[in-house]
Amino acid sequence: MTDHLVEGVLAGDRRAIARTISLIEDNGAEAQATLAALHPHTGRAHIVGVTGPPGSGKSSLVNALALYFRRGATGERGEGGSPKTVGIIAVDPTSPFSGGAILGDRIRMRDLAGDPGIFIRSMASRGSLGGLAWATADAVKVLDAAGFELIFIETVGAGQAEVDIARTAHTTVVVEVPGLGDDVQAIKAGILEIADIFAVNKADHEGADHAVMALRMMLDLDLGGTATVLHHGRLMEVVRTVTGGEEPPSQGPLPPARPSAWRPPIFKTIATRHEGVVDLATAILAHRAYLEQSGQLVQRERERAAAELETIIQQESLRRVLACAQGEKLAALIDRIVRREIDPYTASQHLLGG
Amino acid sequence: MTDKKIRVLIAKPGLDGHDRGAKVIARALRDAGMEVVYTGIRQTPEMIVEAALQEDVDVVGLSILSGAHMALFPRIMDLMRQHGLDDVLVVAGGIIPDEDVPALQAMGVKGVFGPGTSTDTIVRFIREHLS
Repeated sequence: MTDHLVEGVLAGDRRAIARTISLIEDNGAEAQATLAALHPHTGRAHIVGVTGPPGSGKSSLVNALALYFRRGATGERGEGGSPKTVGIIAVDPTSPFSGGAILGDRIRMRDLAGDPGIFIRSMASRGSLGGLAWATADAVKVLDAAGFELIFIETVGAGQAEVDIARTAHTTVVVEVPGLGDDVQAIKAGILEIADIFAVNKADHEGADHAVMALRMMLDLDLGGTATVLHHGRLMEVVRTVTGGEEPPSQGPLPPARPSAWRPPIFKTIATRHEGVVDLATAILAHRAYLEQSGQLVQRERERAAAELETIIQQESLRRVLACAQGEKLAALIDRIVRREIDPYTASQHLLGG
Repeated sequence: MTDKKIRVLIAKPGLDGHDRGAKVIARALRDAGMEVVYTGIRQTPEMIVEAALQEDVDVVGLSILSGAHMALFPRIMDLMRQHGLDDVLVVAGGIIPDEDVPALQAMGVKGVFGPGTSTDTIVRFIREHLS
């Protein structure tokens, strides 16, 4: 069964791809073996995360971008070189009450129907809180191994804390919309910090220029800072200078130019009318080129592998400890914690120490 | 440890634009713990079968009010078979005259639910057929 699926995925068979993703989602016994067999065939795709608040137009934007990468700006296939094959994983939230979910991202992606170079999979978050599902990163590997060149991940509607996407994607596009708050929102921590590219969508709505300005000011503050910044949650030595395709910051002398540093460009888009999409698509490719030339692609790949390994070890060791301690011993410890006879830290030491 | 969820595609084939019924069903199935892929209105048979394949659903629910079911459903069932989706449970709802039901069942539509069917009935039908 597993061999059959692996062969199918590598041959690009859509049924096999779909089945394998389900296997991973359902955490079946064969999932690990399948992923192990696929792993050597991954690492070729460019992975683009698209995140932003609910209703900001993420699905429409992914639809417009995918259409552009398939057909070019005029809708003619083959424009600007050979079209890229596109995989899409769209995550929507699971109800914490029923465990069910409505996965509605395909509604906005109907332009993509009937194209054999596109594969769309909807995914429920199933209790994961970081904006993705546990299975998302592994599902991306399936599409990668199947030969999709460009893979979009659309997160659940995300606000300030759902930053898992930055650990999974090479390029993170943060979608904002006009009118969501004052300038202080733009200097808070959270998803704004993980952006490689900003899209201010629904730019025909009032306040679009203001939203762009607030983002630009936030980036300018970064520029004035030290040479060490947190990027994607990791300390990195980066001097942010201007390369992202946007105009220079409005104030102050620039730090010594280091042409490799990336300043997140900001684009106004109207996804439903496909406006601003060409610039956004071009910036995605430019960011890929930047990652390759600066050596960051290799570095991020290592960080990603490290984070992934860490997560797997966490889950597996938790499972093993709980499997050993299950039943009366665990229940007795919990009772003692509730009676204040032991604190949870000491109790965990009991379990881990055996 | 497996965590198998029932995945359902709710689709509206054909040209009528009334999807309140489809949304009510989608919501009821969600509340019953299922993962419901909702594709929206005006879906062609090709779009529906493509989505069912990519989403690897266990159930396809077709909602139709336009009266075109005898034209569209045979095409959908044919395409499902061509893509090896014979094991997917297909159910239908909407405005479907009683006299068409035997023909639909003969082509593989397992359940036909008219107006007034309680959502519990549909949830139970799906669970029983998948178990």
